[in-house]
Amino acid sequence: MNVQSKANTANNGVNVQALLDARDALSQAPAAAQFTWRAATEWQNGVHSRSTIEGFFGLGEEHKHRKAFTIDADHPAEFAASDNGPTPVEIVLSGLGSCLASGVASVAQNRGIQLRSVTAFVEGDMDLYGILGIDADVRNGFTAIRVRFEVDADATDDEIAAVVAQSQKRSAVFDLITNPSNVSVSVA
Amino acid sequence: MKRSNTVIIGAGQTGLAMSRELSKRSINHVILERGKIANSWRKERWDSLRLLTPNWMNGLPGAPYLGRDPEGYMPVNEFADDLTGFAAANRAPVKEETSVLGVSPFGVGYRVQTDQGAIDCENVVVATGAASRTSRPSFAQDLSANITQLSPLDYKRPNDLPPGRVLVVGASASGTQIAREIHNSGRDVTIAVGEHFRVPRSYRDADILSWMEITGRWGDRYDEVEDLDRQRGVPSLQLTGQAGTNPLDLNALQDIGVEIVGRMAGVRDNTVMFSGSLANVCAAADLKMNRLLKGFDDWAHENGLFDKVDACDRPARTRVPHAPRLSIDLGREGFGTVIWATGYRPDHSWIDLPVFDRKGRIRHDGGIVSPGLYVMGLPFLRQRKSTFIDGAANDARDLANHLTRNLGLIKAA
Repeated sequence: MNVQSKANTANNGVNVQALLDARDALSQAPAAAQFTWRAATEWQNGVHSRSTIEGFFGLGEEHKHRKAFTIDADHPAEFAASDNGPTPVEIVLSGLGSCLASGVASVAQNRGIQLRSVTAFVEGDMDLYGILGIDADVRNGFTAIRVRFEVDADATDDEIAAVVAQSQKRSAVFDLITNPSNVSVSVA
Repeated sequence: MKRSNTVIIGAGQTGLAMSRELSKRSINHVILERGKIANSWRKERWDSLRLLTPNWMNGLPGAPYLGRDPEGYMPVNEFADDLTGFAAANRAPVKEETSVLGVSPFGVGYRVQTDQGAIDCENVVVATGAASRTSRPSFAQDLSANITQLSPLDYKRPNDLPPGRVLVVGASASGTQIAREIHNSGRDVTIAVGEHFRVPRSYRDADILSWMEITGRWGDRYDEVEDLDRQRGVPSLQLTGQAGTNPLDLNALQDIGVEIVGRMAGVRDNTVMFSGSLANVCAAADLKMNRLLKGFDDWAHENGLFDKVDACDRPARTRVPHAPRLSIDLGREGFGTVIWATGYRPDHSWIDLPVFDRKGRIRHDGGIVSPGLYVMGLPFLRQRKSTFIDGAANDARDLANHLTRNLGLIKAA
């Protein structure tokens, strides 16, 4: 009873009912659950590029975002670049933070936990010996990634920890950073 | 062509419990067993394995445990002998060394094809258990042929393993026990840890399963819990059949020198890769364990027993290495064996009926598959304890009642 009444009052702005309904509907229609996400990245100049994100496929058909979004990526002056945007790896970190934060909001709402503020501080360590080709034993990617959540919510520390744990368990970006994926690259 | 009202497939605890119920109701039946009674208990377990349930929970229907060690955990071969005695005492009509090749519709009932001929019947009870095969990830086939691959169904003892280090994949009851046993035999062992259900063997001086029983969780019914699908997929309790002082968890394994790494995520060129999610699966398991234990504390409070049971002894949080390894080149590091302790699946491939879901799992409502077709012994079939020895009696009684009613309907029609 307690959980039910909490669920009815917490409002984190997540339409949990719609998500639960979608889960029910898709569990009967596995083909509709097959999505393809896209980005088109166009080189600008130097190490500056601009990605445009608009269309995606899912629920059996093509869809479009409300509008086309663009994300610029570049490198800072320390890399002798013009700094027209964050580095690609920083965009990846922001993707992880966003994915986990949205998971926290959804899981908290589903559990009847009212959030007041949530901030994920995401850090990735990198040894440039990798991308610069100085040492073949050093990987290009992050050697460690840390996420520190600051959460203000109507819940105990354990309840908040459980929400954060569940958000990792159900996070697409957490999965694709922690697990290998096959990537095929072709040239048309 | 032989006939029998009901054919029970499998002479383990569920099949024999069902036979006893049918005999009580004078329903003509036969039990088909591919080997000897309790075959998988005898053939598909490792030597040192003891039951995970304390002996007081290991009684059979109408035959409670009467031995001298109700708090102990009996070796599996002792339990197998109990089953053989139980079958004899109940004069169970078991046909041993009879393998079922197929079950198909026939008239208003079924035809059960065996390697000893066919049997036509009105009812079939599938009692072959939940652990006929291991569920291995698809990348298991990508490992080099130099690596010996085993599962808890064919692993017997450390001495049988080829030389070299051992990777145990999976940290539930089977994986943790096997990892410890192999490490203690003097080999280097690494265990890959995915989602698992950590519980202490005992809590506040009582066995964890006693707490499950006394607080009512053990008998939770399938039609009363939320999200049954999820409940049916919960990994086995991380337990061993050994009393309290020597816990078996990831801390204990690390204490003796077993390396822990994340869930196994893939194989490339004989290098195995592990997920970077180890910290989270451990944190989640600790949180879940503490919620369970807090539930027991709350129960003790509500029943005025909080001061009468021993003080809290919550296990320490799981220690996670600072930077668990993400990959191992098995050849270069001298690994000889990979043991897949990645869970079990039933084998219903011989059922030629449209009763499976898209993942190949048999569809059933509390064990009732379709008119005259029943399945037993699957996770949370009718109760949380359906896969445990003491779950067989209730499930057999309920399903025998259904079967009897159904017979009445057929006769009336």
